[in-house]
Amino acid sequence: MDFLVFQYPMITVQACLDGILLGILFALIAYGMALQWGVMNIINIAQGDLVILGGYIAYFMYLYGIHPAWGVIVAPIIMYFVGIGIYKLVINKVVDRDLFISILATFGISILFMQLMNFAFGADVVLANSGYGTTMLFDSNVVLPNSKIFSAFISILFAVCLVIYMKKSKLGRAIRATAQNARAAKILGVDTEKVYAATFGINAALCGVAGALVSITFTIHPYMGLPYTIRSFMIVIVAGLGNLPGVAMSGMGLGVFEEFADYILGTEFRIGSVFLLLVLILVYRRFKLSKKREYLK
Amino acid sequence: MSKNNLILYAAILIFGLAAPFIFPAFKVQLSILCVLIVLAITWNIQGGEMGYNSFGNILFYGLGMYLCASVQVGMFFPLAEWTESGGEKTFVHTPVQFFQGMAVGLVVAAVVPTIVAGLIGYSILGLRGHYFAICTLGLGVAAGEISGGIEIIGAGQGFTTPPFPNIGSLEARGEFFYFLSFFTLVLTFIAVRSIYSTRFKLILNAIRDNEDKAEAMGIETMKYKIIGWMISAFFCGLAGGIMGGLVGYIDSTDVAFDGREMGVFMVLMAILGGKGTLWGPIIGATVFHIFKEGFWTFFLGWQYVALGVLIVVIVIYFPEGIMGWLREKYPERFGEIVDEKDRKAQVELK
Repeated sequence: MDFLVFQYPMITVQACLDGILLGILFALIAYGMALQWGVMNIINIAQGDLVILGGYIAYFMYLYGIHPAWGVIVAPIIMYFVGIGIYKLVINKVVDRDLFISILATFGISILFMQLMNFAFGADVVLANSGYGTTMLFDSNVVLPNSKIFSAFISILFAVCLVIYMKKSKLGRAIRATAQNARAAKILGVDTEKVYAATFGINAALCGVAGALVSITFTIHPYMGLPYTIRSFMIVIVAGLGNLPGVAMSGMGLGVFEEFADYILGTEFRIGSVFLLLVLILVYRRFKLSKKREYLK
Repeated sequence: MSKNNLILYAAILIFGLAAPFIFPAFKVQLSILCVLIVLAITWNIQGGEMGYNSFGNILFYGLGMYLCASVQVGMFFPLAEWTESGGEKTFVHTPVQFFQGMAVGLVVAAVVPTIVAGLIGYSILGLRGHYFAICTLGLGVAAGEISGGIEIIGAGQGFTTPPFPNIGSLEARGEFFYFLSFFTLVLTFIAVRSIYSTRFKLILNAIRDNEDKAEAMGIETMKYKIIGWMISAFFCGLAGGIMGGLVGYIDSTDVAFDGREMGVFMVLMAILGGKGTLWGPIIGATVFHIFKEGFWTFFLGWQYVALGVLIVVIVIYFPEGIMGWLREKYPERFGEIVDEKDRKAQVELK
């Protein structure tokens, strides 16, 4: 444990910038989570594993000599169909059941994916080298890999496109209507089954984009999925469902928190601190809500 | 009815006591089965009776495992040097030291998780539904990640528990651990059964069915939820302590806080057998363990794939479990009075 952070202000700047760029990526995954949670009332534990699968698509493109940045276009297309497949096989049977059933079912999918990826791609930690170089700021005291800037830019681009699509298109309107009241939407002629499938597909596609970006900026490993699920869950509960600026802000906040935890506590406690933060946030939320209940009394 | 029950219990007890001598080759498997049943029964107190689906009981299990081993070593030797040497033969427990350490260790392994459950219970059990499930999932993983970074209990390289002392017979180790775990199982069963025959079970069921209403009826739900969790933690910790000695090696994420295996197993076993019943978790754990040991070898390397598929299939197609299925098929056996006409009509409707 060392407190270099407090002695050298430049490290603080570095951690903040790293964290913000990282947080934008988390926010993209959390956006997908919020979408399906809002529309289908399902918490997808396999979210992180979809991210990792998207990462492997980009990695394989890199292995076959295609620049991994093209992964952000190929991965969502493949992942969309993977998402539809998962929906047809499993999710449509648990949509209107108890929430715990869906959590457990997606937990099963998560274990399945983890192990299948382990067999198919091996247990090595890999990354797709984009060869983008780095940017130096403040007399080269702060070093930012261009790949991180690229990933943040692409994340924002996809998020904005999706928001516009949800506002303008027919399917987007149907999705928003189903999220508000599935029964009323059904009465008014919305095919909710199709909407659910499309929502899950879009979520998987977002995970695919995020995964491709993760494989460019960081590393991927078959077992690294669960932290991404927990991060996106955390971001969604902090921001609330359907609060997009909130998702972006809390995503960046989480990114900065993680970078500082990394510097102060050490890398071995990084994932642990994320999970601990989740517990703390939930407990804080519980006390805040119980206070509200007391007012009602 | 009660005479039949008595005969049944006596038969099971005698079989349990005789099992290691009938199947001497399966002693370790039988001990693991006992531990699994204990875990399933304790999970059922939350998930089945109380309606609080916890992924975090693994926290108490792992805590008990580390505590038992640490006490057993720390009572006689410096703990840091033990873990640093990786359990090499620099320190050797005499038989007396081993059993003394184990006894004290098991007491600590049971008591400390109970206290922990009591302390965190007030904060955690206030969460409802899926927030509780995800929060406990986070607790389990966080405990695994953090204990994997602590040097004194072996950090990433693991912790070797004291080897069983040489007391003459080669069979002694297996028999000792079998009877220890079987005794724990009997203790757990008696405790849970006697709890279930009191008002406490009705309160837990009221919390499951409608917590706000239960509160409105004047039940201090939080108190009972915490007590329920503490009972679970007590037996989970005990089971963990025994399992640590049985396996002989503790790793933070692969053995102790193994949310991917043990943490899911206990949920799965309880659901497979039928949650919210006394015998469900026991039947579920037995079937699951036999299935696992019988088929895992065929799936060599693919066992997690099989596990994932198994979870999805059980959860989607068989959520009411074996006991639930039996109850639907033979309602009379469960003391439900059935109108024969009504039943026939229902069968025809199906």
